[in-house]
Amino acid sequence: MQKQEFTISAYTENTIGLLNRITIMFTRRRMNIDSLTVSESAIAGISKFTIVVKDTEERIRKLCVQIERHVEVLKCFYHRNDEVVHQEVALYKVSSESLLSGDHIEKLVREYNARILEITPNFTVIEKTGHKAETQELFEKLNPHGVLQFIRSGRVAITRSNIEKLSEFLRERDRVQTVLDHNN
Amino acid sequence: MTTQNNSSLERDEENVTGAQALIKSLLEEGVDTIFGYPGGAIMPVYDALYDFLDKVNHVLTRHEQGAIHAAQGYARVSGKVGVCFATSGPGATNLITGIADAMIDSTPLVCFTGQVTSPLLGTDAFQESDIVGMSMPVTKWNYQITDADEITDVVAKAFFIAKSGRPGPVLIDISKDAQFAPTSFKYKKYRRIRSYLPEQPVEKKSLIDAARLINQAKKPLMLVGQGVVLSGAEKVLLQFAEKTGIPMASTLLGLSAVPSDHPLWKGMLGMHGNYGPNVMTNECDLLLAVGMRFDDRVTGDIKTYATQAKVIHVEIDPSEINKNIPAEVAICSDAKKALKMLLKLVKDNDHTAWCNEFVPFQEAEYEKVIEKDIYPSKPGLTMGEVVHQVAEATNHDAIMATDVGQQQMIAARYFKFKNSRSCITSGGLGTMGFGLPAAVGAAVGNPTKPVIAFLGDGGYQMTIQEMATIKQENLNVKVVVLNNEFLGMVRQWQELFFDRRYSFTEMHNPDFIKIAEGYGIPARLVRERDDLAAAIDEMLAQEGPYFLEVRVEKEDNVFPMVPSGATISDVRLGPNS
Ligand SMILES: Cc1ncc(C[n+]2csc(CCOP(=O)(O)OP(=O)(O)O)c2C)c(N)n1
Repeated sequence: MQKQEFTISAYTENTIGLLNRITIMFTRRRMNIDSLTVSESAIAGISKFTIVVKDTEERIRKLCVQIERHVEVLKCFYHRNDEVVHQEVALYKVSSESLLSGDHIEKLVREYNARILEITPNFTVIEKTGHKAETQELFEKLNPHGVLQFIRSGRVAITRSNIEKLSEFLRERDRVQTVLDHNN
Repeated sequence: MTTQNNSSLERDEENVTGAQALIKSLLEEGVDTIFGYPGGAIMPVYDALYDFLDKVNHVLTRHEQGAIHAAQGYARVSGKVGVCFATSGPGATNLITGIADAMIDSTPLVCFTGQVTSPLLGTDAFQESDIVGMSMPVTKWNYQITDADEITDVVAKAFFIAKSGRPGPVLIDISKDAQFAPTSFKYKKYRRIRSYLPEQPVEKKSLIDAARLINQAKKPLMLVGQGVVLSGAEKVLLQFAEKTGIPMASTLLGLSAVPSDHPLWKGMLGMHGNYGPNVMTNECDLLLAVGMRFDDRVTGDIKTYATQAKVIHVEIDPSEINKNIPAEVAICSDAKKALKMLLKLVKDNDHTAWCNEFVPFQEAEYEKVIEKDIYPSKPGLTMGEVVHQVAEATNHDAIMATDVGQQQMIAARYFKFKNSRSCITSGGLGTMGFGLPAAVGAAVGNPTKPVIAFLGDGGYQMTIQEMATIKQENLNVKVVVLNNEFLGMVRQWQELFFDRRYSFTEMHNPDFIKIAEGYGIPARLVRERDDLAAAIDEMLAQEGPYFLEVRVEKEDNVFPMVPSGATISDVRLGPNS
């Protein structure tokens, strides 16, 4: 099976140490994490991990069920890139002098749909959201004009299917719990 | 229900320390035994324990590894959660091997470690170690408490997690200030956790599909794993097997779930398992795997494993399904529930002709291996004859514990079991040093039967200090060291696969008899076959502990053997076959 890029979304309780518990599962399998974002999900108290890795679907599937074994993990999904809309944010710092010494930078900002966040006498911060290839391309174009600092966030992603999978999952989980309580 | 609420209201009013709340919580969980070893960071807990010794027993081992293996042995014989205590730093790190062992062998444990006082966390304080970080990959759940008010809730959660679903070890680290701090005591057991679903409702369709395959099968084979024992499915398993006429074989940890003399029981699977079940795995048309996880020691090369057969996998842990061997039908369930439901759907059947196909393999194995092992004609004593004779002398009604290596495989092959939960051995991790302390826990957990610990001379010396625990507690443990003066199993591999280059496997041992006597345990050495029976009789007649050393043939090998990575049906019955 071919390796390809997958976006893993894990919904978890917001507890200390869970980040570690999850990342060591990748280490143990010698999988390199390309990007990792953790933040609160739409449901209060539930965190969402978005993890980008390249591997075979078979290995990713097995990994996801094993992530789900953790007591504090509610659910773990994985998606191919065409199944999600995903973005990253990049910030570029250039000297204000180079911004003002011609219109190259301003043109690039317009051309790449980026925007200027802050201008100070010393430096200017430009922001662009997009796929990694796009933010990278802007970096390469800006760099000849002197990029002082460049940083890119991890990926955030939303599925293309129209239901929020987690709420559906939580409803189902409640139903299952009730059935189990009834049977036991 | 109401009385329970009233009484817990009453208890609610008490003002206690965190340490007292911890002990009271254990009592609420029905804990009757703790295995442990004290030290600075857990002293408040030990002090609180001192007031409850009429309600709970504490066994002081001689090493924390001993405490945790004892807790494992206790859990494995009794079906209850094993509990152990250790101090911070080195006490905590000494638990790690046992925690890893319990994780891979699905043993329910709750381990408590003391921790430095919370303001010192992260400062490299005396005896501080990040046990929560270190134990993360080998615990089902772990948690650090720095606030006394959390203790009762976390303990309740820990017990629920340890024993529900696929059981496993939980570690709770408690800072010393939380042990001292005042809190109130109010205990409420856990019944559910939002993010944790220990079992799934069984899908009707998978049961119906499974029953259809079972009813149609001409050559079905059932594989019995530890899940059968953990779910208490032994009885319904036999009803199921007898109704369907399906022959059974078990994994190492599934041993004793089925009485070894049952006509449908065909033996053990895997690397040193029986010839018939291994070969027949690659001959059957249906493989019904119950509560097992297709470990590589069982499957050999998975590419050639049972490729001709349809596979039904009954397993409580969803991550085990389709992990190693793809299942035609998966039933994600507790073995007992699944078998109960399947029992109603399957037809009465008879597979005598198919069962008879095992006979030539049983005969070949008997002639080439078993007879030579248990009734040897050559002069040197064999491990097989010792295990066989001890088992016969106990009428197969004892609990067997083993260490790891040749003696483990021989004990597993020849002991023959009557009662469930009577085979205590380290399967997934293969932990040398497990046997003696596990026997301690087994004897505490089931005092009605003698515990026979078969140990190698190597593994015995890894946890030999637990002889003192056996003596102090006067436990009915019969320690049988099968001394070949080698790290036998490694030597066997060197002989077979490394041109007999015996690199660091020969052992110059101390005088084990003197050592046992030094511990105050009656001891006897057997070198000659003629002395064996009398020594075994003396051992079993002795009340309490006994030590028997048997000098066995130095370079015997364990057969049958599936070389690692080979196809399961390529079983070798001897060095040249
Ligand atoms: C803690 C640990 N270290 C090393 C090993 C590797 N190992 C497996 S079997 C074995 C030899 C065991 O020798 P002994 O205890 O004398 O038993 P025998 O095989 O001779 O019965 C060794 C070293 C292990 N399983 N566990």
